[in-house]
Amino acid sequence: MKELRNVRRELHYFQLRLGVAGALVLAAFAILFGRFFYLQVIQHQYYDTKAEDNRISIVPDPPNRGLILDRNGVVLARNYSAYTLELTLSRIPDLEGTIDALSKLVDIQPRDRRRFQKLREESKGRDNLTLRSRLTDEEVAVLAVNRYRFPGVDIKGRLFRQYPLGELASHVVGYISRIDDRDVEKIEDSDQAGNYKGTDHIGKTGLELSYEQALHGTTGFEQVETDASGRIVRGTSVRALAPRTPPVPGNNLVLTLDIRLQEAAERALGENRGALVAIEPATGGVLAFVSKPGYDPNLFIDGIDPLNWDALNNSPDHPLNNRALTGLYPPGSTFKPYMALAALELGKRTPTQTIFDPGYFMFGNNRFRDDKAGGHGYVDMYKSIVVSCDTYYYTLANDLGIDNMARFIGQFGFGAKTGIDVEGEFVGVLPSPEWKVKRFKSTPAQQKWFPGETISVGIGQGYNSYTPLQLAQAVATLANDGVMYRPHFVDYIQNPITGERKYVQAQSLKTIPLKAKNLEIVKHAMVGVNKEGTGARAFAGAVYVSAGKTGTAQVIALKQGEKYTEANVEERHRDHALFIAFAPADNPKIALAVLVENAGFGARAAAPVARKVLDFYLLGKGVDKPAAPAPKLVPQATEDDDGED
Amino acid sequence: MTTARIRQLLERFAAKIDGPLIAIVFAISGLGLATLYSAAYQSPGRFAAQVLNMLLAVALMWVAAQVHPQMFMRLAVPVFLAVLLMLVGVALFGDVRNGARRWLPLGFASIQPSELMKLAMPLLLARYFHRHEAALRFREYAVAFAILIVPTAMIARQPDLGTALLVAAAGLYVIFLAGLPWKVIAAGVTAALASLPILWGVLHDYQRRRFLTLLDPTSDPLGAGYHIIQSTIAVGSGGITGKGWLEGTQTHLEFIPERATDFIFAVYSEEFGLIGASLLLVLYLGLIMRGLMIAANAPTFFTRLLAGSITLTFFTYAVVNMGMVSGLLPVVGVPLPFVSYGGTSLITLSLGVGMLMSIQYHRTLVQT
Repeated sequence: MKELRNVRRELHYFQLRLGVAGALVLAAFAILFGRFFYLQVIQHQYYDTKAEDNRISIVPDPPNRGLILDRNGVVLARNYSAYTLELTLSRIPDLEGTIDALSKLVDIQPRDRRRFQKLREESKGRDNLTLRSRLTDEEVAVLAVNRYRFPGVDIKGRLFRQYPLGELASHVVGYISRIDDRDVEKIEDSDQAGNYKGTDHIGKTGLELSYEQALHGTTGFEQVETDASGRIVRGTSVRALAPRTPPVPGNNLVLTLDIRLQEAAERALGENRGALVAIEPATGGVLAFVSKPGYDPNLFIDGIDPLNWDALNNSPDHPLNNRALTGLYPPGSTFKPYMALAALELGKRTPTQTIFDPGYFMFGNNRFRDDKAGGHGYVDMYKSIVVSCDTYYYTLANDLGIDNMARFIGQFGFGAKTGIDVEGEFVGVLPSPEWKVKRFKSTPAQQKWFPGETISVGIGQGYNSYTPLQLAQAVATLANDGVMYRPHFVDYIQNPITGERKYVQAQSLKTIPLKAKNLEIVKHAMVGVNKEGTGARAFAGAVYVSAGKTGTAQVIALKQGEKYTEANVEERHRDHALFIAFAPADNPKIALAVLVENAGFGARAAAPVARKVLDFYLLGKGVDKPAAPAPKLVPQATEDDDGED
Repeated sequence: MTTARIRQLLERFAAKIDGPLIAIVFAISGLGLATLYSAAYQSPGRFAAQVLNMLLAVALMWVAAQVHPQMFMRLAVPVFLAVLLMLVGVALFGDVRNGARRWLPLGFASIQPSELMKLAMPLLLARYFHRHEAALRFREYAVAFAILIVPTAMIARQPDLGTALLVAAAGLYVIFLAGLPWKVIAAGVTAALASLPILWGVLHDYQRRRFLTLLDPTSDPLGAGYHIIQSTIAVGSGGITGKGWLEGTQTHLEFIPERATDFIFAVYSEEFGLIGASLLLVLYLGLIMRGLMIAANAPTFFTRLLAGSITLTFFTYAVVNMGMVSGLLPVVGVPLPFVSYGGTSLITLSLGVGMLMSIQYHRTLVQT
């Protein structure tokens, strides 16, 4: 009996333990269920997104970059498709060995290797790099057959940029090149990172840079399924994918630039270093924009190889410098028409008022020489511009004073950004006492403005320094009777699909209040320059009436009493030749500024260039047609000027 | 032969088979095969191999069900000693696979003796307690712990933490059910908690990493955390209804590692969702409850302890595996019972079920 009770008690005891275990089981299963509920219901969205992220790779479909066309539809920048050989670094264990093996199949020059090496260093973090572009059909065939041997090596069809005209207008169009770290920062700052997935190139200079956003377009996207090792799954997907978003091609740029005129201007400048900017005065549209020497922008697209880079970068001619936009030069005597206008507007001179020019102007103990020994004799305003009399402007500068000069002439845009639609333009220097204080902030001793400095500023020397673009804008504003337009290259931006055009409106910046009578006097004198003055030889026989002004800008200062003799001066220290002009004089269609570096007299080196460009634009005349011999209307057909001692 | 004769033969054939148990095992195995078909889509041979494994397992289950519990008790000591000897053999001559010495080459085949220990351990301990049923004192429990610790330590050293865990659990369940005083349990739990830092020092680097990555899988997303992250994503992305059979993206794009074996539950949950996971929980719960019921009705102390321990071992398998796959427990090599691909554990599990059936069938035939 006792034993039986014991057995029953033991059984009871055991079942209690089983009960405890059963409770434990239930508790554990409840926890598991709770966990599943948490993952599959509460957090389902989160994990579903994760699974989709795992499975779906977004393959960007980069858009076609817009074209750049001149005003007549001539293509300046276009795209063509070609095959490239691309390496995915993360999938290639032995890079050198792979490249060596590939070089047995396709042509891989040491140059390609160097460029690839540079690309690797510059594009840290990018996994996919191009080893060779523009593969031939044979190379594509050979690679396709051997592809299984090279994991991580792909042949891709890509669009390439091409500048079919090469050097022509290279500084205007600019170029695109590989996206580098700085570009990446810029792209991220402008919130464009998504749009540049799949884009390798970006505008680096010129219009390619400043109209990057319009040209680039919108990247399309396609979803693909990838497995855990990152391979794209071919055939049907495990689950449905979102439909493809096609790319939207970039817009075309249609310029105001006339590429034939540009070519005429570049040929007219020849082998000289220099710049030319031609503007349509009524709109501000740039007709020609030359900086010589140029360069072939095609070299930069896939990363310039070091040899070409050294050649361009170390050339003493600095072909990469955009002289028209960033070259700073004293305007020389091309400054005088504005001085004359200032005198008239501020009542410091009447047109008929004359001075006597003995060949020099004495200021204190300093003698400011006129270039013509013995002087021009009695000189009124008309003659002062036609023969480019320095003495007239020495005295005028003294009478006007630096503040008046800076204030009045500054209205024409001297020493200020023009607001042209490319990046990087230089400001230059419109000299004034305020400017000098700012300029010599760290050396107060040099801040003082000397009255003698005013005298040389009066003939466009001294601290004066402006870009050829500013000179062109100023003369265009003068031609346009004081109505100033923002210079621009792009006429309109065109949607390549709809054809819809977005015009860059001619933007009137301001109207300088000028008396018509005074404008007439100055313009008349500038017409005189080309008819019977310093520009007469260059414009002999022209069938249109043009207005101009020569200028010669000194590169090095001469010692007191020293005479400038071209032959005695090293070439790069010789004077720059300048010319500003507009035509036809009564209804200007074109205004331009020409600068020829170290070419000496403006009349001899710059004015003929202007003549050829104006002929071409107004008459469609070939630039190589020799001009008729110059009639001798004025005894000395050359002009020159001189600076302060 | 008449149909009556055939029926009679069939009835005799199935007489010792427990209906609820076999139904549940077949249901789980069916789900398992369907899941394996999806998980092993790249190696269809595995599906066929698993079908053969299951046939063999069912046969062994039937055989075990025919054996009288008395025979189990008689075999307990020799089986235990034989398996222990094999473990020594493994330590001395074992094959190293995947960095662990677990396999004993027998010439014609290799076996994993540690797997057999999952049954040998509860058999021996149940027999030991049965023998000393009348007077269980501290000494008996201490001896039981000593018996438990030797093979567990040997298996853990192979290293095979998952199997060691299951062997230890099987033994501990026997000791617990035999009536280990609550005071001792409380003291043991306290001591275990206190010795955690010491245990930490004994663990292998990879084992430590598994625990650390459980706390923060993202700390090592491509290394040790990868398994947990990807299987958790699979489970979570399955949602309520699942992505559908053969349509799990985590599975079919190879994001789930070990998806046919230890991580097969991730495949199952991804494709069948919370509904499928709940169904499987219910089936396991049914299996365990039926097992506990058999234990509760078992006639002898030996059969009670054996049935209880085997049943709770099933529970351990299921909870550790599902907890691991869903990111609750560290990654330990424990298969999901009747679902994971692999013959060895399937055979042990089926023998266990067969023993439960035998105990159930013979409950009234044995009188103490």
